[in-house]
Amino acid sequence: MTNVAATAARETVVLSTGRSRDRNLKSMAFLLALWFSLFFGVMVLLVLIVSTVIDGAPRFDGELLTKYSSTLRPEQTGYRAGILGSVWVMVTTAALAVPLGIAAALYLEEFANPKRWYNQIIEVNLQNLAAVPSIVYGLLAVAAVTAAGITERGLVISGAVALALLILPVIIITTREAVRAVPREIRDGSLALGATVWQTTWRQTLPSAIPGIATGTILGLSRAIGEAAPLLMIGTATAIRFDPNGLMSQFTALPLQIYSETSQSREELRVAASAASIVLLVMILALNALAIFIRNKFHRTW
Amino acid sequence: MSSIPSTVTIRPGGTPVDQEVHMTSFTDVHHEAERELPDLPHDPVMEALDLNVFYGDFHAVHDVNLSFGRNEITALIGPSGCGKSTVLRCLNRMNDLVPGARVEGEVTYHGQNIYAKGVDPIAVRTHIGMLFQKPNPFPKSIYDNIAYGPRVTGMKVENMDDLVEQALRGAALWDEVKDKLKQSAYGLSGGQQQRLCIARTIATQPDVILMDEPCSALDPIATARVEDLMLKLREDYTIIVVTHNMQQAARVSDRTAFFTARPDETTGNRTGLLVEYNLTSKIFSNPADKRTEDYISGRFG
Repeated sequence: MTNVAATAARETVVLSTGRSRDRNLKSMAFLLALWFSLFFGVMVLLVLIVSTVIDGAPRFDGELLTKYSSTLRPEQTGYRAGILGSVWVMVTTAALAVPLGIAAALYLEEFANPKRWYNQIIEVNLQNLAAVPSIVYGLLAVAAVTAAGITERGLVISGAVALALLILPVIIITTREAVRAVPREIRDGSLALGATVWQTTWRQTLPSAIPGIATGTILGLSRAIGEAAPLLMIGTATAIRFDPNGLMSQFTALPLQIYSETSQSREELRVAASAASIVLLVMILALNALAIFIRNKFHRTW
Repeated sequence: MSSIPSTVTIRPGGTPVDQEVHMTSFTDVHHEAERELPDLPHDPVMEALDLNVFYGDFHAVHDVNLSFGRNEITALIGPSGCGKSTVLRCLNRMNDLVPGARVEGEVTYHGQNIYAKGVDPIAVRTHIGMLFQKPNPFPKSIYDNIAYGPRVTGMKVENMDDLVEQALRGAALWDEVKDKLKQSAYGLSGGQQQRLCIARTIATQPDVILMDEPCSALDPIATARVEDLMLKLREDYTIIVVTHNMQQAARVSDRTAFFTARPDETTGNRTGLLVEYNLTSKIFSNPADKRTEDYISGRFG
């Protein structure tokens, strides 16, 4: 006890009281600027969503999802073709882009020698591809499917090629990051037991990286689902009155149909377009939520 | 069971009085591992002959000659950056995985040069297993951790359950985990994880086990267990262990190789070289080289 008293007695520093320096004018002004920036960004988004919901409110009904688009009875127009078309094209896109993207990323991370000139070219290319405007991928897809002998316009497969090209860089980059996060020790442990690089990649690295890969892939798909420009380039129809039924079927996508019907003069069509925008938004949010869920659920600390 | 040896403080700049203390206590703790052995292994399992290692232009290890005797534990000791881990990683071609690494000289395994043309490093690693500094179990169940090696190497296994049990018994881990074989290996403590890694290695039935500072991430009790295990494994395997802990070298090894680093006069890069290789009892009681004596008496390093 005496020791404590002695220690306390030695420390006779007077701490300043009153207003904290963290709360002076300059700090407050800066804080206000930060708040404003945040408010501005969030507010614009919020106003947009609220006004779209209000505009589309009269048309949140079953017919919006189950009926084809109709200019004759605009109060009953629906987005069945657009929704089904988007689903068809997204599934095909995923089937094309996911295996290609993962394979490319695994090559670059696990097999490629980064000192080789061709691997360096691929590397630089990949960085640039992620920044290419989406319409350019539309052009590329037109060239690709034409070269493959498909001349018909606006097919599911053409749209999927365009969107797959668009999200391929995203998938490759996120997969590489997920693969890189798997510690060196796991690979060393496997190789030291006499496993081949391929066995190590397939049985250790890839399974450990799957949560990260899934997250990146879903975020890529949620970007692709909202794209209209590349689909316009491949000549996708804006309004059709049948369900797409295969890769070689014509289709329309949700964003395209929304785009086309917002520009119509009939008030009912614009209301329906607002409601469909909310449907699209919900689809994207659902995908993002799934990505976040996977990331949190399977997150691993090494 | 080994008794915990009396504590010895290794501090740089020790006085000659300290040196006496160090010397005697290192010899004291060596009694359990000590055996009558010839000065050099008669029938070495592995040999390094004029081994030189380069990383790009950097000369990491210079002219190392060592021979590792069957069923012996050889410790590689020395200050940081002296190339002992590099030498160890050359012995099962794990250094191949480092970009820019180049090996000159020979490493022989039962007389065959493992760096000869046409030798498959994958095959080398199935005979020469390795244990790492940090326990690195796979993110799988305990059972699958053990079964992984035999599965990937295509070993013919009649009964995988028996093999898993044998390997875990061999690593003195069976009693602790026999009821939770299907649980994740990540639920084990650090020491258990390291013994699981040992079990995983012996499941592939190697001949030689390399250990790269196997206890540096473990607490003293877990360390003592691994050391006991090493002495037990000595009966069936040839063990080569890199350690920073001279007590450990004294406690478990039959022979000790002391490495040091020599700075290059022009570039200042430190090249590792072998200073002295002898029976552990001789290295710690009567080192031939002044640098060895300085190191084990704590005067540098």
